[in-house]
Amino acid sequence: MRIGVFVCWCGSNIAKTVDVEAVAEAAKSFPGVVYATDYKYMCSEPGQNMVAEAIKEHNLDRVVIASCSPRLHEPTFQRCIGAAGLNPYMVEMANIREQCSWVHERTPETTEKAIELTRMAVAKVARNVPLFQNDIGITKRALVIGGGVAGIQAALDIADAGHPVVLVERTPSIGGRMAQYDKTFPTLDCAACILTPKMVDCASHPLIDIWAYSEVEEVNGFVGNFDVKIRKKATCVDPKLCTGCGLCLEKCIVKDVPSEFDEGMGLRRAIYSPFPQAVPNKPVIDREHCRIFNGGKCGVCQKVCPTGAISYDTVDEVVEEKFGAIVVSTGFELWDHSALGNYGYGKYPDVISSIQFERIMNASGPTEGHIVRPSDGKTPKSIAFISCVGSRDDEHGHAYCSKVCCMYNAKQALLVKDKLHDVETYVFYMDIRANGKGYEEFVKRTIEDYGANYIRGRISKIYPDGDQMVVKGADTLLGKAVEVRADLVVLATAMQPQHDAKDLARKLGISTDQYNWFSEAHPKLKPVEVLTDGIYLAGACQYPKDIPDTVAQASGAASKAIGLFSKDAIKSEPMIAYIYEDTCVGCGLCVDVCPFTAIELVEVVDKERSTRDNQVVKTVARINEGVCKGCGTCSAACRSLSARLRGFEGSGILAQIDALADMVKIKK
Amino acid sequence: MSEQTTVEKEDTQLNEQTKEWQPSILAILCNWCSYAGADLAGSARMQYPETVRIVRVPCSGRADPMFVLKGFQKGFDGVMVLGCHPGDCHYAKGNYYARRRIAMTQDLLKALGIPAERFHFEWVSASEGNRFSALIKEFTRQLQELGPFEGVDR
Repeated sequence: MRIGVFVCWCGSNIAKTVDVEAVAEAAKSFPGVVYATDYKYMCSEPGQNMVAEAIKEHNLDRVVIASCSPRLHEPTFQRCIGAAGLNPYMVEMANIREQCSWVHERTPETTEKAIELTRMAVAKVARNVPLFQNDIGITKRALVIGGGVAGIQAALDIADAGHPVVLVERTPSIGGRMAQYDKTFPTLDCAACILTPKMVDCASHPLIDIWAYSEVEEVNGFVGNFDVKIRKKATCVDPKLCTGCGLCLEKCIVKDVPSEFDEGMGLRRAIYSPFPQAVPNKPVIDREHCRIFNGGKCGVCQKVCPTGAISYDTVDEVVEEKFGAIVVSTGFELWDHSALGNYGYGKYPDVISSIQFERIMNASGPTEGHIVRPSDGKTPKSIAFISCVGSRDDEHGHAYCSKVCCMYNAKQALLVKDKLHDVETYVFYMDIRANGKGYEEFVKRTIEDYGANYIRGRISKIYPDGDQMVVKGADTLLGKAVEVRADLVVLATAMQPQHDAKDLARKLGISTDQYNWFSEAHPKLKPVEVLTDGIYLAGACQYPKDIPDTVAQASGAASKAIGLFSKDAIKSEPMIAYIYEDTCVGCGLCVDVCPFTAIELVEVVDKERSTRDNQVVKTVARINEGVCKGCGTCSAACRSLSARLRGFEGSGILAQIDALADMVKIKK
Repeated sequence: MSEQTTVEKEDTQLNEQTKEWQPSILAILCNWCSYAGADLAGSARMQYPETVRIVRVPCSGRADPMFVLKGFQKGFDGVMVLGCHPGDCHYAKGNYYARRRIAMTQDLLKALGIPAERFHFEWVSASEGNRFSALIKEFTRQLQELGPFEGVDR
């Protein structure tokens, strides 16, 4: 056995608190180690070359890299030693950065810990055996979950590269949040004018299937081979027969359902299409409000439908489909600020959220673009915009900045001035965060050319006085109390993850952060990937983002999927379980505990007890290698140590504990 | 450079004076949640005592009770197993099996005369670096109260 140990300084990240030279020196005395050295950056090209050259020069057969977390650079060093002629699985990493140098002071104990961690890795690598990957075929078809601008962009990019895409959207139409907006900052492009053509492109693309009013129920499988169950909710409208004429919408007698698309500022019918430019432009029946489904008599829509597309007895359909890659683009929700009483949202009709104001400004919105107060329909003479409502506010669960509010506040303050020349606008802000192309200039324009009054301060209370609202707070620049009387108050409420983001994360087997935003694989270098291969993130489901960032990430996610589809096969994960049949007694404990039902009992010839004339069969467990994911639950359950996990064999783990214990004992 | 060395020397002296007995902890962490949480504690520089040594396993379901017993047999003062929160397991339900197996392990330790307080089983997610750091601090303090593990009295 010839083990080489390479200790990384990571610049000063490790070397600042760990005496790396002492670690390398100590490693030289570990059993099996024939060579040990240290270097500034082991992961850099010269560092990797150093490893490769040492493998040749010292005839190494195993390598330990004492550096950062294996979760960061294990693949890097597997490739490195693979290129140098070793089996890629003959490397182990000692995590002396994340789990040592970064969390401890510079003391002799920290260096000792680094030495012990390196010793453990040496003990483990000594028991490593070469592992081999198999080729697995892939399904070159992508699933995009969420039909906002992120999902639309990802679907178009993947389909344009020649791969079929299913775009699943849970509301009746794709378009998402962007479809609700009036104009977009900082160019003041009309949101609908730039989004709806993309929606139509999606609908007409021969490789894109839009499944609106559908939700993902269950995800199984793995990269290249996901099996996904999708629930197509019953719409009561046959999409093949419906022409989208809209007669049913006109005749529906239930006229008082608050429109989700208009954020409750307008009304819709029980049979509805969220907005006139909806894609697909086929209405659905909202069973919660339709009279037929609530014991009433009606059937008007069915009677008036010229093509007979409506039937009330359709049921949800659950389909199971195969996909190779999944793009998650489920977007965000806005915080319901009515939880916070002192701003009066939900209590006073003239305190509204920014997205509601967006609908009021929109020419296709409930007021056809006329800016009026919800309470009395009068044109406001003064409007106060309050930013950071819930954002940057740990107390209300969003310690983060929602990132786009500063910009849309500026946009709304500018646009409203375009429409109502004599309106006075006030923007209350904590800080103005305008970091994007043309953003700073845009805010400046709102303030200087459009006369918005920017007041730095937080609002303590909003209450009605006469027919106006009083906005009370502190001007933190002047250091005095400030009070503004406004006809309309617009709250920039915090962006937050979808309420069921956690459920979807569980279905997909991906992780979320403390707020339930989906977690990327690496915050800097893998912003689109998640820790589960074949699943990619796009847009604000990861963290608040504006439209350009969302579209950029969506294209990034699409290119990852396209990159995956450019191969005909992927390499299997070799760190999976196997059964040592000689000792297996076929008790079936492993079969019971396997989370993936990857184990079955089979009968084999018992070589030990069989003679030439008398063949004895015995029952043993067998692992379906295509299904096993390598969790090792079977290994821990097995009583005869026959179920074993490649890469994490009991012998390797116990060797780590033994080696460590020996060193701890020396200290004691 | 010499200045830094002086400061370091002073630090070391200070540590010598105030040094308490430090327990040795063996921790078995699942790769997807808890090990990532420990890494996050690192990236966020959340300091904790250098008492813990981590063994990485793919899933807390891989945590064989034998590893725990081995730890005590070898004289570690405390052993911990950390896994994903219920429902968050990368392997769907490996952590549920871990939970059942750990309950059994706790009984086994009791039967062997190993104090239950020396063994911890907790959930730590990939975003809970602060929780990981706090757990190590707390467990270290608990073990300091208990004192060194002298093996099983017979």
